[in-house]
Amino acid sequence: MSSVIAMPSRTEWLQDKMFMGLSLRDYVKSFLNPTDIVIGLILVTGFPIIAARFMYGLGAVTNLSQSNPWGLWIAFDVACGVALAAGGYTVACAVAIFGLKEYTPIMRPAVLTGMLGYLLVVLGLFVDLGRPWRLPYPLFWSAGTTSVMYELAWCVCLYLVVLIFEFLPAVLEWLGLKELRMKLAKLSIGAIVLGISLSTLHQSSLGSLFLLAPTKLHPLWYSPFLPFFFFVSSISAGIGMVIVESTISHRAFHDQLDPKKPVDIDKLTLGLAKGGALILFSIFFLRLQGVADGGHWNLLATPMGAWFLVEIVGFILVPSLLFAWAVRYRNVLLARIAAVMTVLGIILNRFNVSWLAFRWDAPDRYVPTVAEVIVSITIVTIGVALFRWIVNRMPVMYEKPGYEGLH
Amino acid sequence: MELNRRTLFKIAGVAGAAGLAGRSSSAKASVHARSGAKGVLVDTTLCVGCSGCEAACSEANHLPEPNSPGDDAVFASKRTTGPETFTVVNAAKKSGPAGEDRYAKSQCMHCIEPACASACCVKALEKTAAGPVVYHEDKCLGCRYCMVACPFEVPKYQYTKALPLVRKCTFCAERQKAGQAPACTEVCPSGALTFGTREELVEVAKTRIYQNPTKYVHHVYGEEEAGGTSWLYISDIPFEKLGLTNKVGTTPYPQLTQGALSTVPFVLTLWPPLLMGLYTFSKRREKAEGSHEGPSHE
Ligand code: SF4
Ligand code: SF4
Repeated sequence: MSSVIAMPSRTEWLQDKMFMGLSLRDYVKSFLNPTDIVIGLILVTGFPIIAARFMYGLGAVTNLSQSNPWGLWIAFDVACGVALAAGGYTVACAVAIFGLKEYTPIMRPAVLTGMLGYLLVVLGLFVDLGRPWRLPYPLFWSAGTTSVMYELAWCVCLYLVVLIFEFLPAVLEWLGLKELRMKLAKLSIGAIVLGISLSTLHQSSLGSLFLLAPTKLHPLWYSPFLPFFFFVSSISAGIGMVIVESTISHRAFHDQLDPKKPVDIDKLTLGLAKGGALILFSIFFLRLQGVADGGHWNLLATPMGAWFLVEIVGFILVPSLLFAWAVRYRNVLLARIAAVMTVLGIILNRFNVSWLAFRWDAPDRYVPTVAEVIVSITIVTIGVALFRWIVNRMPVMYEKPGYEGLH
Repeated sequence: MELNRRTLFKIAGVAGAAGLAGRSSSAKASVHARSGAKGVLVDTTLCVGCSGCEAACSEANHLPEPNSPGDDAVFASKRTTGPETFTVVNAAKKSGPAGEDRYAKSQCMHCIEPACASACCVKALEKTAAGPVVYHEDKCLGCRYCMVACPFEVPKYQYTKALPLVRKCTFCAERQKAGQAPACTEVCPSGALTFGTREELVEVAKTRIYQNPTKYVHHVYGEEEAGGTSWLYISDIPFEKLGLTNKVGTTPYPQLTQGALSTVPFVLTLWPPLLMGLYTFSKRREKAEGSHEGPSHE
């Protein structure tokens, strides 16, 4: 009800909500810290490159070619972006569906990471597409229903809406709109169920994209099970990311944590590690199953085979065992190392499918330009900056007084 | 060279008797071909490498002139089609049975069930009933998935343009609508390119092979490749030597993603009730355990 909040004046509101209680001068001054300066420098380098890409075409800044039409922006910003944003649905599923309520404190950061992750995916697509303003075309104007990309477009779009919806409570609490916030609480389970269903679909569709490239993708990676591999590995990506992200943000935003309600992040990490060990272990055998199914054992003895083993042993089997070890001996540090390896393994996998094992036998291999790398870093930096901006203002890391138990 | 009735008649007689050696399942691919749809048969044994087709193509499609057609130096290295070059003739030097040079023109194959069209999420690429796979530039996003999907690596992208398009051979769809033959087939002086309905061309191709069994490779490239293509090739040397990939199988490409796409309705109908069930289950258990953390019940 509006009477609950006395209407503050506009400057007060600005100062309170936007400038974190500082005066404009102090707020501007507060940017003079190493993190913000680095963020600023990256953005200042990246934006001109993006501008050049729109003025002179993709060829001006990228190494993309007729035979390698997809490069780093698709491999990293889109393919990895979607996988690494899986923490949102993984934790939402654990908390809301399986009733693992102890994970509630890390749900909001995970949902926020997911939401920003998808925003970055869209941003990545924006710089990569020839005519990005036509992005809504597949949704409304000209539905290419035979295309996996069509399904992907719908799922990602709807899921982004769901994520915004899932995060809306934090925004409403921040703005002090309590009544609206209460109404939202009742709808949330529906949103979560929809979110998980959409995630199942588009995480796997990302793999289905490559089903159309049987002659171009190396047989060790090409498999009719690609959609399934992508879906299952997105769960491990979600677990890995949640561990990594919660470790970092609980350090970086330590002062925001409620001392009265200490969250035992170590215990949660070990709980996640158990899930990670199981899922990675099964992924390892699924991938072997893929090799067996295609009858490609002989290919393991080739250089690409060695590279394949690096991926599935080094970044799937090993972190799986490390997770198990960490759980057995309650070694949180080990769990964190395994989580980092898992995340790297997902990046490696998406890189392999969309880039390194794609046209592996072609004479002209694609290597990104420095400009492409900078643009990718810029996009991630935008995400980090938004994350900081939001966490510094909204109740993400803590429960806002008056809204306890609502998460 | 357009087919005339008389040759067709002659061919039909021979073809009827021919249980052409090699593949037997030719019905599989052609089932999907619309009857009456046009195609081109390229008889590479007849091609003299004059590159007249390249010049005609550039003119008909308002493209920059190709680099020195007819000049032997262009055959030194293998060329590919590009955003401003819809067809190229490449040479396989001294590869013929008596050491002759062989040439082959390459362009979009105008697949019967095109990978590119099935990949496009805005229907910017479309297989027309008349045969050509056409491109609608007003819809294209520039996602380049068609390029990833096409097994013949045909669609090319304008990387140097701020407003890029995907470009490829149009099979002169506009000319065909006006009752004309594709420009390349019209200028070909050697009879290497035959324009006609695809059904007829398959018969013509098989007849030529049947009548010259020691000359030709016993295979009509494109009859079943990628589920069948509108452009067909016959040759007296292995097709790979002419730059025609031997990696593509006979499965129509849209089938490769059909399975994955058909699971969508299942996930959408099965997942939500399943998840809701699990949710209710854990809610109940939570209540039974007397949890104090549940938000929505008082
Ligand atoms: S050859 Fe490639 S571009 Fe041409 S129709 Fe077939 S899939 Fe499409
Ligand atoms: S680049 Fe254009 S034509 Fe090709 S798949 Fe994407 S939208 Fe379709």
